[in-house]
Amino acid sequence: MKSTKLAIPYIIWIFIFTIVPVFLLINYAFSTNTGSFTIDNFSRFFSPLYIGILMRSFYMAFWSTIICFIIAYPVAYILSTKEFKNRNVLILLFIVPMWMNFLVRTYAWLFILGNNGVLNIFLGFLGFPQIRLLFTDAAVLIGLVYTFLPFMIFPIYSSLSKIDYKIVEGAQDLGANSFYVMLKIIFPLSLPGIASGLTMVFMPAVATFLVSNILGGGGYMLIGNLIEQQFMIVGNRHFGSAISLILLALILVFNMLISTLIREEETN
Amino acid sequence: MKLKKFYLSLILFFLYAPICVLIIYSFNANRIGNTWGGFTFHWYTQLIGDRNIMRALQNTISIGLISAGISTIIGTLAAVSINNMKKNTRKIILSVSSLPVATPDIVIGVSLMVLYVSFFRLTGGGRFGFGTLLLSHIAFSVPYVILTVLPRFKHMNGYIYEAALDLGANPVQAFIKAVVPQLIPGIVTGFLLAFTMSIDDFIVSFFTTGGGVSNLSLIIFSMARRGVNPTINALSTIMFIAVMLLLFIINLRDTRKIKGDLT
Repeated sequence: MKSTKLAIPYIIWIFIFTIVPVFLLINYAFSTNTGSFTIDNFSRFFSPLYIGILMRSFYMAFWSTIICFIIAYPVAYILSTKEFKNRNVLILLFIVPMWMNFLVRTYAWLFILGNNGVLNIFLGFLGFPQIRLLFTDAAVLIGLVYTFLPFMIFPIYSSLSKIDYKIVEGAQDLGANSFYVMLKIIFPLSLPGIASGLTMVFMPAVATFLVSNILGGGGYMLIGNLIEQQFMIVGNRHFGSAISLILLALILVFNMLISTLIREEETN
Repeated sequence: MKLKKFYLSLILFFLYAPICVLIIYSFNANRIGNTWGGFTFHWYTQLIGDRNIMRALQNTISIGLISAGISTIIGTLAAVSINNMKKNTRKIILSVSSLPVATPDIVIGVSLMVLYVSFFRLTGGGRFGFGTLLLSHIAFSVPYVILTVLPRFKHMNGYIYEAALDLGANPVQAFIKAVVPQLIPGIVTGFLLAFTMSIDDFIVSFFTTGGGVSNLSLIIFSMARRGVNPTINALSTIMFIAVMLLLFIINLRDTRKIKGDLT
């Protein structure tokens, strides 16, 4: 069975559905309605309005990634310590929410964060004043953290559970206290997991348009909403393609940055 | 230990609270507001009576089944030959395959949209709808099928195909009767994975549909834009249970497979 001919349908397939679309996107981004070459679609992006939207997307993605990391690291650590007898059930409990449709999970927060939502009912019950959360930055941030938290927990968990506990025990025998063990052994060894967690949360968070659309309200603009607007409402595919390429390039740079940072940290 | 338990419970509460609230409200007789108006199945019966939702359900299931079927065939054939490739070609093919995995969904969605627009312009015909939706779902599923089938080769005897040929089978017979059965666990898991991904997708569908063709995700989105609607809760509850059942089947197969490998 040395034939590689069976891959031909697939190679044609990825050519048409992966490679050609990327080139079409580039072609659209560098052309006008009439088909002549232009870089206007890119220069148009560098106005305070669009740069502001870009900065806001990065700001939201940055904070949701940080918050995910702070919440997820202890979870991953506790799950990896094998302290709980029914650990597999526990891990499954963290996986199941991901099986709910992504759109539905975001929609569900409307019932909690709304002005008459569960949270405000609860606050009122305790005698606190109501808070307006829905259609604010906070609501979008909560939605992002909620959606992408598992993407941070599981990569860190898998690198933590690969750590050889003899190293930890060795350090303890040599007199390291638990804080020192955490800082000098466990944390550095979990860096690959942290790196993939950071990229797996940051990438979809910076490109989101669904969470911001549902929890941020109609006027809420992130880079994903801008792309959606250009393609679906304004109908300017040229500008939309240029924004998509800029987003793609920035994500690429971010991923490279993370992986070099982590590699440097590891060699130290 | 107590602190750890408390922390895990807190995070699990955060993860499950929205889902529980959603499911509870699907049985709430009050349409608007968050007060409890009594238990009802009204939204479930309304769901079954809603023509648009039922048509979207049909689309979801047929696109899910057809796209999973086609991507399983393409993916399995590709996995077989990728396994036979030289290391360098293999590396190139696999890294191109993983491109869609490393691209945000919205960019996949708009790039496919641009592909169809260009194709329609070139041929002077065609419309967005069921066909474009189906092609897009196949496009994002195939890489995942390959990644599920490929590891099966480690469990396979490499000479089984030659043995079948020696015993007088022609190449097609040898492939179908000797190789495919060895890969079946991976193929079935790949199919189920592709099916779940298809029924779960919203973003790519959003950019590649048209002509009023909807699937469940799209219809939920257009309903949610008009505010909360208990029918969505009922629909979401049913979808959640369906996906949960499917994934339990996949996981069950995996654990059984692992157990089988151990014994």
